[in-house]
Amino acid sequence: MEILVDIQKKLPGFELEVNFETGMDILGLLGASGSGKSMTLRCIAGIDTPDRGRIVLNGRTLFDSQKGINLPCRKRKLGYLFQNYALFPNMTVEENIGFGIGDKKREERMAIIKEKVKMIKLEGLEKRYPNQLSGGQQQRVALARALAIEPEALLLDEPFSALDNYLRSQMVKQLTENLADYLGVTLFVTHNMDEVYSVCNKLVILSMGKIEAKGGTEEVFRSPPTLVSAQLTGCKNFSLAKYISPFEVEALDWGITLKAKNEIVKHIEFVGIRAHAIELALNEKQDNVFRCWLNFASQTPSRITTYLSIQVPTLGKDGYHIQWEITKQMWFELKDKPQPWNLRFNPDDLIIV
Amino acid sequence: MEFSYVPIVLSLKVAFAAVIIVTCTSIPIAALMAKREFFGKDVVESVITLPLVLPPSVIGFMLLYVFGKNGPLGKLFEQWFHTRIVFTLAGAVIAAAVVAFPLMYQSVKVAIENVDQNLEKAARTLGAGELKVFFTITLPLALNGIVAGLVLAFARSLGEFGATLMIAGNIPGKTQTMPIAIYFANEAGDTGQASVLVIIMTIFSFLVIYGLNRWGKGSRRDSRGGGA
Repeated sequence: MEILVDIQKKLPGFELEVNFETGMDILGLLGASGSGKSMTLRCIAGIDTPDRGRIVLNGRTLFDSQKGINLPCRKRKLGYLFQNYALFPNMTVEENIGFGIGDKKREERMAIIKEKVKMIKLEGLEKRYPNQLSGGQQQRVALARALAIEPEALLLDEPFSALDNYLRSQMVKQLTENLADYLGVTLFVTHNMDEVYSVCNKLVILSMGKIEAKGGTEEVFRSPPTLVSAQLTGCKNFSLAKYISPFEVEALDWGITLKAKNEIVKHIEFVGIRAHAIELALNEKQDNVFRCWLNFASQTPSRITTYLSIQVPTLGKDGYHIQWEITKQMWFELKDKPQPWNLRFNPDDLIIV
Repeated sequence: MEFSYVPIVLSLKVAFAAVIIVTCTSIPIAALMAKREFFGKDVVESVITLPLVLPPSVIGFMLLYVFGKNGPLGKLFEQWFHTRIVFTLAGAVIAAAVVAFPLMYQSVKVAIENVDQNLEKAARTLGAGELKVFFTITLPLALNGIVAGLVLAFARSLGEFGATLMIAGNIPGKTQTMPIAIYFANEAGDTGQASVLVIIMTIFSFLVIYGLNRWGKGSRRDSRGGGA
């Protein structure tokens, strides 16, 4: 089970140029809106046509511009889960699920429908119409419908973007369970790094139609190779960087020199650190400890984001060097302590690109 | 003079026949125009919509030319079916169909264009060919617009006067439909006959418009709920 994608397509504003291969993994395509990630999926499904290139699924050529092959959508046998589910409003749950297997015998078809309804835990709602289901239920029906045709690959286009936060985490869990038994390639398009991290074991990061990073999810999150991939995996703190020595880098925007754990190459542009990776220093003798002042803070129900200046008490109204995310509990312990606070930029956690 | 029901029967016959012709032609043409791009599409679109704005007398004149004894289609009919179109009920049907066609066409085309294309794409990813997509997804979801177009086309056919008079004439009991009967009854001073037909036509037209409005509101409420 493997898919090879190597396509180019001219889009308004940029040229889409992606190539990747993947096997029986769940591969995430992460990118901001308009990065070309959905277009890539549509090209694979045959809803859109690339200008050049090749798409091969399990040795079957779906598209090859040189050989003039362009298999129509209906013959590609891919399960496509649309962003808004695209359930047929004129059909019931079981009619929707059975739509793609109309050529099978009646008993066989009913058996498949029954099995899929059971998989998505919607027993008893087979005769309902989509508008009588909740958003989460609709999505499960769409997934069951896509899986009913036994697709060789499953393409998920932002499947959670229409759900609210509470439902989203539940659905991510359910989807992962439902996909556990699926023996095929799964491509998952999203702009949400949390979803990618929890659902996908491999990752491709796209920006302006180009691949910024690809590899194992954890590896890419740990050391993103470019500024954009660092940003898309959630890194919020960046400074222009200057090479000092193989294990030292100057953060020009922050006015400090940082020690790094891994050897640095000469032409670097930025140094960054994740907002939750900064830690409170145990003592001043540790590496990379700097005095930081609190400029302002914002809070969500569970976490506090503090906006700090490094080495100077203030940077004027709304100014700050770095964001530091801490728990509420830590905030209560910390907020009345005298400033500056000694914070440590762990050499392990520096992102240098 | 005694009241005659014959114009009502003739009008209904003409309207039913015209609506059948219009339905069979407008749906495939509207589907084609909504889904395909081709050279000269705008010109075709304009020609199709033309009867909506042309004066009925112009349409009548053209029909007389095309279906007349020496007209291109008139001759064909003469040879193949040994019938004439001019001054027959068939002529009235053709006139009604031509005039009602753009109404139904527009309505169907808008309805087809309004069907969420993602649904059609989804059907294709599930292995459906174009015909299956059209008959199981597009057509059922465009049904509201199709029915609305059908009712409008029926009402328009029932009320067709100018072009009908030119091609089918005013032959009582043969081609004299309601609107024509009203005109000539009034000319002849038979206000009784005229006013009964006027009342029937008005009530019918009112019911059509009222029904369409009510139904339109209802189906909009449905679709807000996300479906059928």
